[in-house]
Amino acid sequence: MAIRIGDQPYEGRVKAGVDNTFMREAVSSAQGRFRSGKQKSSEELGNWEDWRTLGEEIRSHTLENIDYYLHQLSDKVEERGGHVYFAETAEEANTYIQGIVKKKNAKKVVKSKSMVTEEIGLNEALEEAGTEIVETDLGEWILQMDEDPPSHIVTPALHKNKEQIRDSFRDKKGYEKTDKPEELAAFARQELRKDFLSADVGITGCNFAVAESGAVTLVTNEGNARLVTSLPDTQVSVMGMERLVPTWEDLEVLVGLLTRSAVGQNLTSYVTSIIGSKLEEEVDGPEEYHLVIVDNGRSKILGTEFQSALHCIRCAACINVCPVYRHVGGHAYGSVYPGPIGAVLTPLLDGYEDHKELPYASSLCAACTEACPVKIPLHEHLIRHRQIIVEEEKKSPQTEKIMMKGFAKWASSPAAYKLSEKMARTSLKPWTKEETIEKGPGPLKGWTDVRDFPAPAEQSFRKWFKDRKKGEDS
Amino acid sequence: MTIKNRDSFLNNLAANLGRPRRTESVERPAYSVSPQKEAWKDATSEELLEVFKEQSIKMSAEVEETTEENLPSLIRDLIVREGNSVIAAGGERNDLYGLTEMYEELESRIGEVHIYDSALGKENQVIAERADVGVTFSDVTLAESGTVTLFNDKDNGRSISLLPKTYIAIVPESTIVPRMTQSMQVLREKEKSETEKTPSCVSFITGPSNSADIEMIKIVGVHGPVKAIYVIVRDS
Repeated sequence: MAIRIGDQPYEGRVKAGVDNTFMREAVSSAQGRFRSGKQKSSEELGNWEDWRTLGEEIRSHTLENIDYYLHQLSDKVEERGGHVYFAETAEEANTYIQGIVKKKNAKKVVKSKSMVTEEIGLNEALEEAGTEIVETDLGEWILQMDEDPPSHIVTPALHKNKEQIRDSFRDKKGYEKTDKPEELAAFARQELRKDFLSADVGITGCNFAVAESGAVTLVTNEGNARLVTSLPDTQVSVMGMERLVPTWEDLEVLVGLLTRSAVGQNLTSYVTSIIGSKLEEEVDGPEEYHLVIVDNGRSKILGTEFQSALHCIRCAACINVCPVYRHVGGHAYGSVYPGPIGAVLTPLLDGYEDHKELPYASSLCAACTEACPVKIPLHEHLIRHRQIIVEEEKKSPQTEKIMMKGFAKWASSPAAYKLSEKMARTSLKPWTKEETIEKGPGPLKGWTDVRDFPAPAEQSFRKWFKDRKKGEDS
Repeated sequence: MTIKNRDSFLNNLAANLGRPRRTESVERPAYSVSPQKEAWKDATSEELLEVFKEQSIKMSAEVEETTEENLPSLIRDLIVREGNSVIAAGGERNDLYGLTEMYEELESRIGEVHIYDSALGKENQVIAERADVGVTFSDVTLAESGTVTLFNDKDNGRSISLLPKTYIAIVPESTIVPRMTQSMQVLREKEKSETEKTPSCVSFITGPSNSADIEMIKIVGVHGPVKAIYVIVRDS
């Protein structure tokens, strides 16, 4: 799937989002619940700002010394019986993992939710090699069935309702019960158990790796990551190179920030740290363990003004407060990373060319920056992206260019401005009904498709103000 | 074991950071704040116990409290209530808490009683998969989040607390600490120890498995246990 999702242009994606009433309601209610959960669990801690400061300091120190800590991590994993592969590109990572799967002659691979494997398109690469891949996170399983990309990094199937899910289960898996979430989940449990027990290889992502111990830590509520790391004989963990902390003590701070910010829980049901392959005499856990550390464009961000974007711990707190995300939903961003962090990160990882609109998908209200548990100045990064797009890349969206040119000409001529003021009411008359415009022409259409536009007043503000002043003076 | 492409990969990172590669003597700085050390600093063990209970219930776990003396009979009753088969972690604590004898007696009453035995290999997973109940001890217990911590090893296999429908965690009162901070100190000590090895898997478990992936509605019991019961054993 790679970082880009779908091939629709930006305007089309946005329109599809805005027109999807169920999705918008679901997103809006999810945002509300995520936000209040986060607020409650962070307030309980008492000194949330101190925790954020500590989180930021740990992340900065780690990224400043990332070569040192990755070296230490890889030594530790090797010491504990694991193989470590450093992959500069998505292709390198995919080829390496394909190699493992082929060597093991694996028929079935079970996966727990991982954003980085979405980013590098691992599933497609493995399917090409003829292996069956089963996503085991409930949301991801639903999406895989419908070949649909995730729309939120914590609850990936947020855009689907239970009736749609029931229909997919029925059509693709022979499900016969109702659309009750409990029954749907029980069915998924029963189906996926078989997969867990018969899989040859397990693949996970990585929330945080601990450099001093080689522990790859996975944060879930469902328990699927525990199954993926306990049952198959071969396990592969894929981590974005920045998903790292120096010590166990640092891990604890960031896990707490993550679970509170992501789902408003002091801890999720399962936090699991896996260190290399299983020890002698142990039964559960992999005999063969691989850690794949992925760059895929991240190193270009190091040493730049955007370095703090790599501090992200993928909690989605910025997504959950974003007014733009609320209206357009995750798919409109056209990236596996939606929302404010997606708008910052996607152009950095994949270039401005295909993502030049993303930094504009923001009202710059700064709610994202305020919500970020590791204090990434997200809205400032978005402003800087816009500057680069306009000044250096000369890639501001085409409509904006034309409009700006026209506006400059028109506004610099007082006669033209006055004339259009007078003309506005008359020329919009055909579309006006009782002082509102419900279906506007041309550029107004985008607005009136979703809400009414007031008809221009009979008298311009300037004229009204002048007359009023006259009245006062006399 | 192999490490591939490390040098070229890390040299590139150092080059992007505009400095030579760092391979040694990086010290963690003294961070400007340490809220984790302040949390629950003055809480008494009685207070921590209350916090633990409250949080566990909030996270949909069932909480029982008992004495060392009554522990075996309570565990037996809970197993019988929850089903007809049990898999329990091995290890010396079973003897210390008088559970070994109870399990032996229970064998005649229910379908299957299995003490995890690594010598049997994968058979343990097959038994865990069909067992109604899994029983382990908590190694470190976190009050703030209602969490039991398992240092999984050859006697306490990962599958015991994972595959059965009901999971029972025995929580000796002495294992209760304020929060994750303290469990990490235990792990760091293991890391630095010459004699002890850090476990291959550390499982922090908070209540039963759950999901909100369908319309944000919380469903209890997805891939892991549908039910989690914490049995607190008061210090005698």
